[in-house]
Amino acid sequence: MFDLQGYGELVLKGFGLTVAVALLSLAISTLLGMIGAVAKLSKSRVARTIAGVYTTIIRGVPDLVLMLLIFFGGQMLVNDIGDWMGWEYIDISPFIAGTLTIGFIFGAYMTETFRGAILAVPRGEIEAGHAYGMTGPQTFFRITLPAMVRHALPSFGNNWLVLAKTTALVSVIGLHDMVYNAGAAGFTVKKPFTFYLLAAGLFLVITATSDIALRWTNKRYSSGVRKA
Amino acid sequence: MAETAPASNGAQPALVAEDIHKSFGDLEVLKGVSITAHEGDVIAVLGSSGSGKSTFLRCVNLLETPNAGTITVSGETIRLKPDGHGGLAAEDPRQIQRIRTRLAMVFQGFNLWSHMTALENVIEAPVHVLKVPKAEAVERAEAILEKVGVYEHRSYYPAHMSGGQQQRVAIARALAMEPAVMLFDEPTSALDPELVGEVLRVIRKLAEEGRTMIVVTHEMGFAREVSSETIFLHQGRIEEQGPPQQVFQTQRSDRFRQFLAGNLK
Repeated sequence: MFDLQGYGELVLKGFGLTVAVALLSLAISTLLGMIGAVAKLSKSRVARTIAGVYTTIIRGVPDLVLMLLIFFGGQMLVNDIGDWMGWEYIDISPFIAGTLTIGFIFGAYMTETFRGAILAVPRGEIEAGHAYGMTGPQTFFRITLPAMVRHALPSFGNNWLVLAKTTALVSVIGLHDMVYNAGAAGFTVKKPFTFYLLAAGLFLVITATSDIALRWTNKRYSSGVRKA
Repeated sequence: MAETAPASNGAQPALVAEDIHKSFGDLEVLKGVSITAHEGDVIAVLGSSGSGKSTFLRCVNLLETPNAGTITVSGETIRLKPDGHGGLAAEDPRQIQRIRTRLAMVFQGFNLWSHMTALENVIEAPVHVLKVPKAEAVERAEAILEKVGVYEHRSYYPAHMSGGQQQRVAIARALAMEPAVMLFDEPTSALDPELVGEVLRVIRKLAEEGRTMIVVTHEMGFAREVSSETIFLHQGRIEEQGPPQQVFQTQRSDRFRQFLAGNLK
């Protein structure tokens, strides 16, 4: 049953791409989440409104719709702008479109994760940073950020697992990721079950590995906490 | 470390706060409070809750911006400008940051940085704000922790220490700044009764060394025995002010008598 008939390598190549999409999207979503959280907690009404619109829209529209919207809609938009500006034809790469879309979607979830984590840092510790002459950015990077990690990790880990699985969506915009390749191989040799099972197993490898990494990080950032 | 204080000429007060006003919305919490702390002064600020004493202290290092008034530290006046909402705002944030390093604060709730050990808490601001070389900061921090009696706990995180130990680390954190004035905001109010003594002993020792301090407190005995000047705040105004012997003996205002009666119960 587990004779891959020479297509194992194809699936593994897709696995590499899936991991790449997942890690890059994670980086983008973490960055967007940090910016979004700071914006939501800022004194500026404009920043709060923009961040609010971002999280409301993204969290309210299905991931698949957003993916198709950005890839196909984005392509048409770029074409129209290109025509108008007299550019040459610009082809949006599915890799970039997929990575940006997933990063953009999960940035909204990360925004809420980080916002809650920042609020969980005792106000007095941040105040002490100011009282000892630290600048705003110094207080943020030396006090708030390290103190919030512990509060953010459980929800961050959850977001990451969902994100890793959401990468399967990039196959619909023609990216040859693990799911796409497993489907193609399974179709060719008429063994879809075998190949999708392989894909499922490889997803489990990703999530199990991250679980270990998350646990290690959690331990490291909880060193100042009384063990209950 | 680099000495940032202007040379002391003895005559220049360490801290002058003049005519400080502060409102929260329609509520006027401070209605013109002025104090002058000369070098070596220990000013105890008493008052019931809601009298504005903590707000006053927080205005001194601009954790709250006053609505009116001036603050001068070692001869340097903090430049404030109208903020457009009837209050004041710092004209130059860098000046505030610099002056705050001269006014080390000890909080009621300790406010130690929970992700750092005791030693890391003490060297944090010297290294990252005052730019003292780390080895030098560690050496000094260890001496200070020894002095306040928590050297053995230097590698403990705040959550693993008692309140009294945490507050002594917080005092060490303040001392490490070599401040011109130390601000204590009810330093023993969050402590279990049996831990109050160890913290008061440390503060008393600092007073005897001639440190300039402003101590907002509920500890009458401490104010009476240690302070060089006692101030009683009531509803945002100074009701009593003077050497503690005089303030506690004459008790000119009814409010102060009531306050003492309530506290001596």
